[in-house]
Amino acid sequence: MVAENLVVCQISPDTLEPMDPTMDTPMDLRYTDAQEAFREEARTWLSAHAPAPHALPSLDTAEGFEAHRAWERTMFADRWSVVSWPEEYGGRGVGILEWLIFEEEYWRAQAPLRVSQNGIFLLAPTLSEFGTDQQKARFLPPMASGEEIWCQGWSEPDAGSDLAGIRSRARRAHSDDGWVLTGQKTWASRGAFAEWCFGLFRTDPEAERHRGLTYFLVEMDSPGVTVRPIPQIDGETGFAELFFEEVFVPDSQVLGGVGRGWNVAMATAGSERGLSLRSPARYSEAATRLVALYAERLALDPERAVLTADAVAQAWIDAEAYRLNTLWTATRVLDGGSVGSEASANKIHWSETDLAIHRAALALLGPAAELHDGGADAPWLDGYLFALAGPIYAGTNEIQRNVVAERMLGLPRG
Amino acid sequence: MHFAFTGQQIEFRDTVRRVLARECTTDDLRAAFAAPTARTARWATLAELGVVGLSVPEAHGGLGLGLLDLVLLLEEAGRVALPEPLMATSALAAPLLGDLEGAGPAGATRVRSWLEEIAAGSITAAVGPPPGCPAPIAGAVGADLLVLTTPGPEDGPEVHVLEAGAAEVTPITSLDPTRRLGAVTWEPTADTRLASGSRAASTILATSDRAAVATAAELLGVTDRMVVMAADYAKERKQFGRPIGAFQAVKHLLAGAKVKLEFARPLVYGAAWALDQGAPDASRSASAAKACASDAAVEAARVSLQVHGAIGYTWESDLHLFLKRAWALSEAWGSAAEHRRRVLGSLLAPA
Repeated sequence: MVAENLVVCQISPDTLEPMDPTMDTPMDLRYTDAQEAFREEARTWLSAHAPAPHALPSLDTAEGFEAHRAWERTMFADRWSVVSWPEEYGGRGVGILEWLIFEEEYWRAQAPLRVSQNGIFLLAPTLSEFGTDQQKARFLPPMASGEEIWCQGWSEPDAGSDLAGIRSRARRAHSDDGWVLTGQKTWASRGAFAEWCFGLFRTDPEAERHRGLTYFLVEMDSPGVTVRPIPQIDGETGFAELFFEEVFVPDSQVLGGVGRGWNVAMATAGSERGLSLRSPARYSEAATRLVALYAERLALDPERAVLTADAVAQAWIDAEAYRLNTLWTATRVLDGGSVGSEASANKIHWSETDLAIHRAALALLGPAAELHDGGADAPWLDGYLFALAGPIYAGTNEIQRNVVAERMLGLPRG
Repeated sequence: MHFAFTGQQIEFRDTVRRVLARECTTDDLRAAFAAPTARTARWATLAELGVVGLSVPEAHGGLGLGLLDLVLLLEEAGRVALPEPLMATSALAAPLLGDLEGAGPAGATRVRSWLEEIAAGSITAAVGPPPGCPAPIAGAVGADLLVLTTPGPEDGPEVHVLEAGAAEVTPITSLDPTRRLGAVTWEPTADTRLASGSRAASTILATSDRAAVATAAELLGVTDRMVVMAADYAKERKQFGRPIGAFQAVKHLLAGAKVKLEFARPLVYGAAWALDQGAPDASRSASAAKACASDAAVEAARVSLQVHGAIGYTWESDLHLFLKRAWALSEAWGSAAEHRRRVLGSLLAPA
């Protein structure tokens, strides 16, 4: 039940074929009355509870982090923080289509960014697939409430795109009831403030490099963990370096088995590149606001606006393509299908769409684009800076293109 | 919400794919380049399968189905660069005639017999552009039926249908000779008129939207073909002791084309559904689909030629048979830029 409800979010574009050739449900792109009622309920709740757009301080500051955590708690109290999870973990047990509807309403309300996203969107599907019942019961509820925020400890100074080259080690503790971690992780988003970290460590240095890895759940205030915040391109401490010196982790915090870390990590990566992290609503909403910005600038500065018209239209179309592709994939998953390397095509598309939307917005703003004064249009610049990270994180787009070429087109490995 | 084709639609697609793989080889295409004709043995086969009359009402010998049932088959037509006018006859003329069957003054009997002849595979049609958008008419040379429009007098545009011989068709050479382009000289008369005023205006709009989606569907097929051909070549061709497809520079070109193709696909299928349903934003969906399908095709054409290198630039290579179709269709029934302008216009229009 858990697996079904959480893993359904782990999807991305796929092929055409229905799973069952006798399937005779005709195509229909409308939601049911019950789904529309769910939308209405979400919209009503959000309009009563969501902070005004951009009202919270940045979640990459200590103050903003806590404000965002409080918002997670508010959502959790009324069971809106993780709608697709089973009720026992704080969700509503709704399906993937309802989750997509909720996301549409969430982004339409311009509600705050999800400070718990690494946990609820990336780790949770992985936990539900690989975790023990005890692990799920221990970690999912505080993740859903925002009480425990997670960061990701994967990249290292010398292992980025080549993730299997990580060198941080885990050796068996003398007490034989856990592991001792040593090494350095970097680019951990929200690492400066998070309570927990899910990380990859090498447990068997002798094994083939993909086989000697293990996936650990590490408490950030464990003795031996040092956090060094790293200011990002916008000056805020969006991510951090994590140093591990003889950090003890009990066996109960190994996820998916010793030596199976690569497989577990690839499930998380699928969520990150696929639907789970980036629901289409984010881009549909940004594209809608881009069109509104176009209309506004057309009145103020028509000459500049018409030069941008083509890019505005294409950015909107790209967002619409992502929305439809997601519904295509969701249907396939609901019909019993699965998803594989197509998540890589998905990641290329959403990251480039995000860039296209924000580039068009800045082109419309012209000289006003550089203003970082908190004015009404300033979020476009912040959005652009964030969009620039898209082709880098979750596996660079160059790596994704290799995956598309090798697995979708059958080209030989280099 | 169920965004998928039915098993039956997929099976029909598979059947058509098998038949066309056999009956529309690149040798056949070369023969068609040399001597383009409208009605062929292949056309008869497609009619027997029910493809040609798919959207002709059942009462007139067709299957009475919609654009959603046709898009996958048009994709197959694109995959083999089918020389026959399936799109104009089956996706445009047949639904137009079906819609106007009851409307024409004295024309109902004629319209009915045209529909029956389409379903039987005994005639083909060519469809002209909307008024005010002059363009050579694809398939005009050798067409049995010409569907044409005029701006009309003050009460709006008109739709006319002429049989071959009633108009003068001057062939125009296309880079892709199987397009059988023609310039048509003709005189509208009360006898040729099938619709006028608002009825004609809505028919013309519906036909343009269908044409955008149908052309986009063909483009998906031809794009897929080009990407597959280039990927296959990249696996075979060796330089520096290994297949060129092992080099990232080549992989990334092909991956980029593949991603564009796969994200045009749902727009095309969604637009076909929206048009069949008469959804309020159907015209916008049609334009979004055509914009992306055109761009994906032009990109795939560029990339597949680049991956083939000089051999792809030769007449001997089969690649050009598909490049030419891609280039032609990318501009037909509205370019990517024109459709983007239409999308933006629709988004800005007050709801």
